[in-house]
Amino acid sequence: MIYFLIFLSIHDVLKAEKALKGHNVDMELVPVPRNLSSDCGMCIKLKGGFDDVKPYLDGIELEKCVSYDGEEYRTIES
Amino acid sequence: MIYFDNAATSFPKPQETIDSLNDFVRNVGGNPGRSGHALSTEAARYIFEAREKLAGMINACDSERIIFTQNGTESLNLAILGLLQEKDHVITTSLEHNSVMRPLMFLNKERRVDVSVVQCAANGSLDAKDIKKLIRKETKAIVINHGSNIIGTVQPVGEIKRMIGEITLIVDACQTVGSFPVDIEEDNIDVLCFSCHKSLYGIQGLGAIYMRNGIEPIPLKFGGTGSRSEFIEQPLFLPDRYESGTPNTPGIASLLGGLSFIEKVGIGSIIRKKQDLRRSVIDGLSCLPGIVIYGDQGNGNQLPVISFNIAGKLPSEVGYELNKRAIYTRVGLHCAPLAHKTIGTFPEGTVRVAPGYFTTDDEVALFIEAIKEIAGRT
Repeated sequence: MIYFLIFLSIHDVLKAEKALKGHNVDMELVPVPRNLSSDCGMCIKLKGGFDDVKPYLDGIELEKCVSYDGEEYRTIES
Repeated sequence: MIYFDNAATSFPKPQETIDSLNDFVRNVGGNPGRSGHALSTEAARYIFEAREKLAGMINACDSERIIFTQNGTESLNLAILGLLQEKDHVITTSLEHNSVMRPLMFLNKERRVDVSVVQCAANGSLDAKDIKKLIRKETKAIVINHGSNIIGTVQPVGEIKRMIGEITLIVDACQTVGSFPVDIEEDNIDVLCFSCHKSLYGIQGLGAIYMRNGIEPIPLKFGGTGSRSEFIEQPLFLPDRYESGTPNTPGIASLLGGLSFIEKVGIGSIIRKKQDLRRSVIDGLSCLPGIVIYGDQGNGNQLPVISFNIAGKLPSEVGYELNKRAIYTRVGLHCAPLAHKTIGTFPEGTVRVAPGYFTTDDEVALFIEAIKEIAGRT
């Protein structure tokens, strides 16, 4: 399962990146998939579970988290 | 060459400023947060890092509430024009720069905003109780100069905030951030406006504003932010709400270098060095006959910004003579006519000396020698 973390602004994306990197979370900055948002910016692609990293994002406003199992996108948090 | 005009803008800049600017312009150069490619993200990272470092410097826990502007003037305009509405009352002081007075006078004319000006003493000191006396139910904000750009007086903003309670405190910190401890939590500052090309060592064309949570002025500009592009309305979240259009990313990259320099040297040692420079300039000038130094000359909390005149000579003549010797000061009214009225030097003004972190003892000695020579001439 892959998770996409989508934020309101690039500032929040980078803040989340900094927080996650600080905890050695396996992640990557990728362009927001067009089917998830019409924004032209970046989001975070998590390669591991979302629940484990959620506490690290405390204080950062997450617009939504979308899971992708290879077939279907599902919004699991917004 | 001796550069003594650091209160206008710092020069020279640290190598870190030049390196960071150079690296950005040569190797990055993307438009931040506008595209999904690496250079755009890397540009956004420069801005993010600079914002985080600035937040640390003023003790703000929420870096997204720091907004980049073109200069301290734009920051003050955003706060003043964006927060004060029809028939509001505002209190300010007689030491303010025109970047405060002019927007206030505009509002006085256009929105009938009533402006009360608290008179400071000739040495720049202010009695916080004088502000309290002027407060009434329409009072929306107090706009106050943290450090004078003429005589270097630092005002007790924390004490003032305790006295005014819930009324918004807008602080013009253009001269203090980087030269004096600024702590928005300790002093409970609501809005902090400052420039980034003075004591933060960025290049010219960059300022910033911090606004406490809950303070939301009407933006000065609206437009593209790279976020929420599907909507034609301005986003309401920060920093995007107040940062429309392509930012001055090269300037912000230079600021990031400047902030790294401050971190390396330590803000405490920078402040101490500036205090020592102020002391040596004042001590040197005090030994000469016929020199009038304005403002408090004690060892209190003051900035390295010293104003003086030579008896019988206009500041413009002194500035001309110094310029011939490649000593660069700023003479005249320093965009602050009310402040010069307060210290009794309107309309001729003063000679302002503003040494900086890179000033050497030899430069101070050469400057004092030059003043001695100029004062000795008839």
